[in-house]
Amino acid sequence: MTSPVALDPELESTPEPAKGEQKLEGRSPGQLMWQRFKRDRTGVICAWVVIFYFVVALGAPLLTKLSGTDPYTLYGQDPTYADKPVLDDFGLPLGYFGGVSGDHWFGVEPQFGRDLFAMLVYGMRTSLFMALGVTVLMMVTGIVLGLIGGYFGGKTDYWLGRVTDFFLSFPQQLFFIAFMPVVTSFFVDPREETPTYFRALAMLIVLWVLGWMSMSRLVRSTVLSLREREFVEAAKVSGASPARIIRKEILPNVVTPILVQFTYTLPSTILTIAFLSFAGVGFVEPTPDWGRLFAAGATYTQQDPAFIFFPGLALVIFVLAFNLLGDSVRDAFDPKSGR
Amino acid sequence: MLQFILRRTVGAVVTLFLIGAATFFLFVAAPSDYASLACGKDCSPQRLADIREALGLDLPLVQQFWDFMTGIVMGRDFPTGHCSAPCLGQSFYSGEMVWDTIMDRFPTTLTLTAGGAVVFLVVGVGAGMISAYRRGSLLDKIATGGSMVLSSFQIYFLGPIVLWIFVYSSGLMDNPKYVPITQDPAGWFVGMLLPTLVMATIFTAQYTRMARSSMIEQLAEEHVRTARAKGMSKPYVFFRYAWRGSLIPIVTVFGMDVSSMLGGAVVTELTFSLQGIGRLAVDGAVHKDLPMTMGVMLFGAFFILLINILTDIAYAYIDPRIRLS
Repeated sequence: MTSPVALDPELESTPEPAKGEQKLEGRSPGQLMWQRFKRDRTGVICAWVVIFYFVVALGAPLLTKLSGTDPYTLYGQDPTYADKPVLDDFGLPLGYFGGVSGDHWFGVEPQFGRDLFAMLVYGMRTSLFMALGVTVLMMVTGIVLGLIGGYFGGKTDYWLGRVTDFFLSFPQQLFFIAFMPVVTSFFVDPREETPTYFRALAMLIVLWVLGWMSMSRLVRSTVLSLREREFVEAAKVSGASPARIIRKEILPNVVTPILVQFTYTLPSTILTIAFLSFAGVGFVEPTPDWGRLFAAGATYTQQDPAFIFFPGLALVIFVLAFNLLGDSVRDAFDPKSGR
Repeated sequence: MLQFILRRTVGAVVTLFLIGAATFFLFVAAPSDYASLACGKDCSPQRLADIREALGLDLPLVQQFWDFMTGIVMGRDFPTGHCSAPCLGQSFYSGEMVWDTIMDRFPTTLTLTAGGAVVFLVVGVGAGMISAYRRGSLLDKIATGGSMVLSSFQIYFLGPIVLWIFVYSSGLMDNPKYVPITQDPAGWFVGMLLPTLVMATIFTAQYTRMARSSMIEQLAEEHVRTARAKGMSKPYVFFRYAWRGSLIPIVTVFGMDVSSMLGGAVVTELTFSLQGIGRLAVDGAVHKDLPMTMGVMLFGAFFILLINILTDIAYAYIDPRIRLS
């Protein structure tokens, strides 16, 4: 036998040739997991909610075409829109609940009159795709370092462990805040306007450098226990190279914890990115970003409390759905963990 | 035990040194230096050189770093005066001693941390344990559902809502602010009540979930089942056997949370416009103020390392099987 866990065909990139035999055996653990997951109604609903968010983020340009607004136009100040006033003399939105109307579905921003709906969907787009990129980078780094440390052990493992400890002892939030401006200034002169792409790149680097440790630890400890198992010993005895053992024997068995960890890491990365923008070191005006809406909302609260409502509610639903989804995925993989 | 503490302390000091070095060299490696920023757009070379000399930026980098690090242990002399033992340098931006500024801001952050920690340990862990004890009951369902929803909230969303309800629209309370406890204990309590409660609410929800699942895991352990099978009563087994084991993951996360909060409860401080350590870090970064950033980073890292050691010692007391060696 190659490995005790034969994966779901969808997850396995190179299907085993002995597929007919597997059918005779019955269901693989991957298929069992999928069946358990499908039976979990909360999990399925949450999965759809999460997919919905990604579709909204992906289709933001289409959605704003539908609403006829865009996130940059100052509807309150632009003379083109003078016939349809959205702000009163104090710069506050006209109408109820932050100026909700047929033209501006979620209302408008005080002072400028930008459309909140367009800002939110575009902001979600920024945050979600950014977080996806960061999370994938962190995961890959963590997996590679964890595999190396766990499989080779000895001195390699010791020094990798010390490096991991070192990165873990950084005060994370402070580090993010302190180094965003520094890393940004590696790319552009601070006195010039920083292009959004460089800001995104700087964020990616800062989050990546301080984010891979938990994944690495998880993979390392899993690999450490797998290394002693009989099927790995058997592969070693039969002369398989370390690369082959890692790829064919060990990696398929760490997929489960990696996937579970992924569903927990992605929302927390989104929150970290939002935190950076909230603290004023992430995305800045006029880039639409989820976190920036909260920074703006906090300053508008006194005059226009409705502004923060839609971005906040959207974030709560998203995080809730993702957390519940994470629990469901974990339960499906490991039915012993009771909720 | 003593040997363990000694070894970990040495390790912590080395780590602090390395963190200081990483912070310092990353900061100065950035192409823009503070002098040219402070000098402004039309800056004469003479003025630039003066600023550099005044800030000590004309010295070799390694010496600048060494002066900074030895200053922490022995104190330093600046043209503007002496800076005694835990000297973290002088702020480029405000010109004040970094250590004094940190000490000035620390009570705010400490109040938030201590107040929050009491609430989320007592209420959060308590609620989690009770709902594990009465698993499946109505109480459990309310606690589980409520904590699930609340833990998905964010401080920067809940904070403005609470501010609007209690301060802006009803005028029930004043805007949160820090009043020294020695000056006016009642004002201190009222001023910090809203920020602490908002922060604690979200953490409490997380602790409820964690305590519940940890407790349920413990109740399925063999020694707990054996004790029940022997005929010991449920409350006895619960409070004498299972309770202890469930503390390990809670202590771990508690240590991490408290140490990161002591280094600045950034979001809470920003949401409620409080002048704490986190705010100091943001200002330091925005003004490219190297000594201030270094100081805040080392201050934060110190707590992380200290509480790591304390957590490991706590493990040994909770679970005697864990030997510190």
